Amino acid sequence: MSSLPPYATTGQRIWHYSFRIICGLIFFFLIAPIIVIIPLSFNAQNFFTFTPEMLALNPEGFSTKHYEDFFTNSDWQLALKNSLKIAPVATILSVSLGTLAAIGLSQSHVPFRRAIMAILISPMIVPLIISATGMYFFYSNPYIPTPFGKIELPFTLTGTYWGVVLAHAALGIPFVIITVTATLVGFDQSLTRAAANMGANPVTTFFKVQMPLILPGVVSGGLFAFITSFDEVVVVLFVGSAGQKTLPWQMFTGLREQISPTILAVATILIAVSILLLFTLEVLRRRSERLRGMSPS
Amino acid sequence: MSDTTSGPVLAADGRPLKASLNRALRRQKLRALMLIAPLLIFILVSFVMPIADMLFRSVENQIASEPLPRTTALLPDWDGQGTPDDMIYEALARDLAVAVEAKAHTRLGSRLNYEQTGISSLFRKTGRGVDEIGEIAQDVLEDTNDIWKERDTFGLLFGTPAWVEAINAWDVEDSQTRGAAPTFDANPNFAEQFPGTTSLYASYVLQTTSEDDNPLGEKPWPILFHVLAQELPSAAPPSGVPENLALALGEASAALNGLTLDDPKAVFLDIDDDWGDAAVWTTIQTYSPAYTNGYFLNSVDMQKGLDGPEWRPENEQIYIVLFVRTMIMSLSIMGMCVLLGYPIAWLLANLPDRKANMLMILVLLPFWTSLLVRTSAWKVLLQQQGVINDTLIWYHSTAVGKLLDPVFNTLLNAFYAFANAITWGWNLLNNVWGGVDATYFDWAAQGFERLTLINNQTGTIIAMTHILLPFMILPLYSVMKTIPPSYLRAAKSLGATNWTAFWRVYFPQSVPGIGAGCILVFILSIGYYITPELVGGTKGVFISNRIAYHISSSLNWGLAAALGTILLAVVMGLYWMYDKIVGIDNVKLGG
Repeated sequence: MSSLPPYATTGQRIWHYSFRIICGLIFFFLIAPIIVIIPLSFNAQNFFTFTPEMLALNPEGFSTKHYEDFFTNSDWQLALKNSLKIAPVATILSVSLGTLAAIGLSQSHVPFRRAIMAILISPMIVPLIISATGMYFFYSNPYIPTPFGKIELPFTLTGTYWGVVLAHAALGIPFVIITVTATLVGFDQSLTRAAANMGANPVTTFFKVQMPLILPGVVSGGLFAFITSFDEVVVVLFVGSAGQKTLPWQMFTGLREQISPTILAVATILIAVSILLLFTLEVLRRRSERLRGMSPS
Repeated sequence: MSDTTSGPVLAADGRPLKASLNRALRRQKLRALMLIAPLLIFILVSFVMPIADMLFRSVENQIASEPLPRTTALLPDWDGQGTPDDMIYEALARDLAVAVEAKAHTRLGSRLNYEQTGISSLFRKTGRGVDEIGEIAQDVLEDTNDIWKERDTFGLLFGTPAWVEAINAWDVEDSQTRGAAPTFDANPNFAEQFPGTTSLYASYVLQTTSEDDNPLGEKPWPILFHVLAQELPSAAPPSGVPENLALALGEASAALNGLTLDDPKAVFLDIDDDWGDAAVWTTIQTYSPAYTNGYFLNSVDMQKGLDGPEWRPENEQIYIVLFVRTMIMSLSIMGMCVLLGYPIAWLLANLPDRKANMLMILVLLPFWTSLLVRTSAWKVLLQQQGVINDTLIWYHSTAVGKLLDPVFNTLLNAFYAFANAITWGWNLLNNVWGGVDATYFDWAAQGFERLTLINNQTGTIIAMTHILLPFMILPLYSVMKTIPPSYLRAAKSLGATNWTAFWRVYFPQSVPGIGAGCILVFILSIGYYITPELVGGTKGVFISNRIAYHISSSLNWGLAAALGTILLAVVMGLYWMYDKIVGIDNVKLGG
């Protein structure tokens, strides 16, 4: 594929180049919508299209006023603050529980392994609208089911900070489980045995031997969990109230009701965040591969 | 070795080795489970129970049995002919008296209104007139003895002294900080003789305490007198009653002898003739049982009729159409993803690693970009005054555009003819598709006007293909990476043409990747909510948008739960298939 052999026929040459053009067009389709957002967010007008001044590259056609609006508007600032308050806590919750469970799941003899795995992965598979529906019903009126009937709990989770955190943590867990178990596949169990042999207790073994080696997997799982919560809008729309309005929620209402160009500025900022995230994950993946290459498995 | 040949092999501590190993295995299993347990419990509470609750709600039916417990207990025995007997009207009068105080009757009315129009206003109207039942009895009793004008008389009669003391103590506490009111404790002597009054008084206590009031300090409802008056003449004088109350009961009993009380049936019929309509009662009867398949019938465009399930009227059938449209659109999105994803995955799998990693970024960047960002990008691009339309208009105004337009015109007209043939096929499913957007195909004929790309199926399909494409490319890529390139070379060296080599050798090996990608994309698209909501308009929406509508706007939660259950069943079926083909353990993220 990489290069055309010198003996290629004309037909093969034509196909070779047209295939490249087709692939180029598909890549263009993938990336162009995201790239187009960036210059549009510097529009001096309240339009969603390129003004003649912008096309002429006239400096007057550009401004940062939409960014100023984002950083001064109290609605957007509250949304940003809420997002930054919810996502990290949900991430910590899902990473700590998820890592522990992933270590348990990667032991050699786990009863009902498949069934447990299926339950733990299910938040990723079940459509968000269904999770949101169920959580809306249950969180508004939580109860403990017993064979004799429900015991209603005297509090409600809908419209509270902890309700949203709980829901987002549940949604992030499958990603932690998948990445950490994948990292543990390459983990050499004899290292923990060696540590135990030298007198380390299980906790020391975990923090001194196992954790540093699986850290890349844990961090990338955490990043997945973070972005899941940071990006999530369906569940927070149902479970949260105006007090928990997050950035995606604010964008959603903005797009649905009064579409304001500030959204494009926010979108550009979020694109920068995702580029950063992509870069971090790539570094982690490389490091994980290097570590795996080092271990004598 | 000679001395151990007869006995079992022993471990170092003297136990049999087998037992010792078993014990070690058990401990290992237990330790693994202990590590998993916290997360499992967390997921069960925060995720599995909500889903189970939703499943339960799709069949649960407390809509009539909760506000009308007495009526719905009697209604199953009614044969559906004519009007129900007086007993049922009597029960309804008691239930409604409670429901009106709790303002539950309007909710019940508007819920039953989905099944039969007019019930909502009937309940509202009845709620205003029902409190006159019992006024005759109240007047008579109050005339016999002033004690009936005291507000606590019923409480002293029907509650135990301990409860009266507890409720009075509760009443003087600070209403901001006090806990729940003490539960009503019925006086056993009275409960036996006056079952109806006791049960109604219990409802009265529940209602007044839920309003943070003392039941002993509130005016009793007239219906309480009515029920007491009915039960009093036939009841034996209860023992252990304070003297003044026993006296009052005796006097009341004498005064009531031969008196005609309010007739609830007459009162109801006087309020509205519809209470004599069998159809109204049939609707209430249909929704009386605690469990119903009504919501499921509703979500497949059926309803409960007199003789079992029946189709809804033609103009009210929307859900099957919506399900099929969701399926067709998800399939279209899936097809587009295969079409666009296959070449990219092939390119990435066959390029040298360095180049492939560079290009992979172009796939992963959209994958990592916020869903809202991508959706807003498409909203901006596809608008009538958006970038795509502007570019097209600009293009037609350039010299090249003017030159090429006739060519495109011809081509597009040919395409239009082809599309017409497809349209004919679509028209068979015309309802499903909501009509084909003629402008889409008519573009050339219209002289290159601005396209309607948003707020229809086109918008949803374009945006969702873009959003889900990485989910197709990544599994395809990981499967294609495992196909050795030497197979293709071998096929070619054995004389196969490029196409034969690809189609007979390479493609069959990439099918598992296509399968995995297709199921993944289909599962994700079938439950999508945000993107269709924002770019789909009215015709381009999915079943999930309808679920959201029923939760937030129409408040028909049972129907939302039933629709969600059906959607969940479809997704779980696909998930099971995915598990069979790929295995859930093999789910990979980000390549």
